[in-house]
Amino acid sequence: MRREKSLLESLVRSSASPWMDGSGTMADVVISSRVRLARNLRDIEFPHRMDERTASGVLEKVKEAVSDINARRAVPELTCIDLEDVSELDRQVLVEKHLMSPQHAQPLPGRGLVTRPDERVSIMVNEEDHLRVQCLYSGLELDEAYITANGIDDLLDERLDFAYDERTGFLTACPTNVGTGLRVSVMVHLPALAIGDEVSRVLSAVNKMGLVVRGLYGEGTEGQGNVYQVSNQITLGQTEKEILENLALIAKQVVAEERRYRETLMKNQRTALEDRIFRAWGILTNARSMSSSEAVKLWSDVRLGVELGLIEGLDTRHINEILVIAQPNFVMRSAGRTMTLEERDVTRAELVRRHLAKVKPS
Amino acid sequence: MTCEECGKNPATVHFEQVVNGKRTVMNLCSECAQKKGVFSVLFQPTFSINNLLSALLGSQMKSLPASSAGEEEKRCRICGMSYRDFARAGRLGCSRCYETFEDRLDPLLRRIHGSGRHIGKAPAKAGGAAKARRELEELRRQLAAAVAEEAYERAAELRDKIKALEAKLGREEE
Repeated sequence: MRREKSLLESLVRSSASPWMDGSGTMADVVISSRVRLARNLRDIEFPHRMDERTASGVLEKVKEAVSDINARRAVPELTCIDLEDVSELDRQVLVEKHLMSPQHAQPLPGRGLVTRPDERVSIMVNEEDHLRVQCLYSGLELDEAYITANGIDDLLDERLDFAYDERTGFLTACPTNVGTGLRVSVMVHLPALAIGDEVSRVLSAVNKMGLVVRGLYGEGTEGQGNVYQVSNQITLGQTEKEILENLALIAKQVVAEERRYRETLMKNQRTALEDRIFRAWGILTNARSMSSSEAVKLWSDVRLGVELGLIEGLDTRHINEILVIAQPNFVMRSAGRTMTLEERDVTRAELVRRHLAKVKPS
Repeated sequence: MTCEECGKNPATVHFEQVVNGKRTVMNLCSECAQKKGVFSVLFQPTFSINNLLSALLGSQMKSLPASSAGEEEKRCRICGMSYRDFARAGRLGCSRCYETFEDRLDPLLRRIHGSGRHIGKAPAKAGGAAKARRELEELRRQLAAAVAEEAYERAAELRDKIKALEAKLGREEE
């Protein structure tokens, strides 16, 4: 219980997550890579059909499996957090930190989150499926993320009776996830393509390749901060390796296109580009009140400046943190109370200023 | 053409939407289009798949004979779900439903995924062919690594193992 509390406290208070520390391949464009495996227990109703008792039964089983895995010390220690013991505000911060989905923050019985201090692994218990094993890595590191997720999946598989069918693979609540249960995605930052008004062209091409495009926090947040999540749609009839390779290949193309636009901007519109970036920097570091969407928008320009070497003394890790600091629930959690919109905007501006205080761009 | 929303920037997004037979046309700049969430419609991923799913289910349901009074609808023996319930919810009730409604799910899966057959990972507990397939996958991976490292002796060994396993798997599946 104490360990759960202290882990949760450190998760919701820190704006830094290892999955956005700027390490990994192509981190100038690819913020993070994520791998998710959907798993269910055999012959137990899926979460949307089950009663309270069944739900807590599933959570108990997962807890037992996790403590058994911990006892073997094969992987860094995992902690299972009972979401019923977590406040609404903290649940929302966990969503803002991408440790769980917005749907999982809904207060339903038997919901849990298994994670660890480095935040690379998180397992949602009783979301749409009984288990959703998620691994998040900084940069384009899909293979690394899959190796970790697969290892956790093996350990869980030894201890739980997963619903699996020879022909259809891993069985999931929604038939769109069946088979491998594997959803892989990359979060890309495309500010130069946005300036060139080319985002929709590139992303519809990605769409045509059978991949799906979403915004920073899923559907409905498209375009926020010029951040997009690209993921696979098909989970059946392909091997895990094919799914991973396919996405990596297309992600690399998107990265190449974004880089090409960045170079063109530097070559042909340097002054206009610098003006835009340093104006954003000026507002971000001086504003006294700032909405979440304004902060994310300014963040996008400043991050571009950092990646192009125009703003010195600031690294990718440090600027990426602004993405979390900008979020409404994180702001309230930092202040330790719920706030009105106006109060939030003032506190946000203050947090952002403090975060960037030591940087002196040349 | 300038953007209908802000009246300042050039309109670069032409957006047409038909809702219940009513057509809306908008000419927007990319900024206003973003604000209005036009992109979220364009890029909405599950938009297509959900629509596809409900459309498929809808047409499937129509082709079913209307259940006459007294006729029992087939229900999953674990969770009690009927196919009609599934069509409404878009989600199955439990893992056993896949077996219960196999006949109807099969064409649906092929239409969603372009395939009805899993060729990926199998849990360690699944015996026989599944395990062999998984092993085969692993061997192929090792082979690729060996070739990349130019470890040809090891590659040859792996190739033999793969051939043997493929032959065995072929016999089992026939």
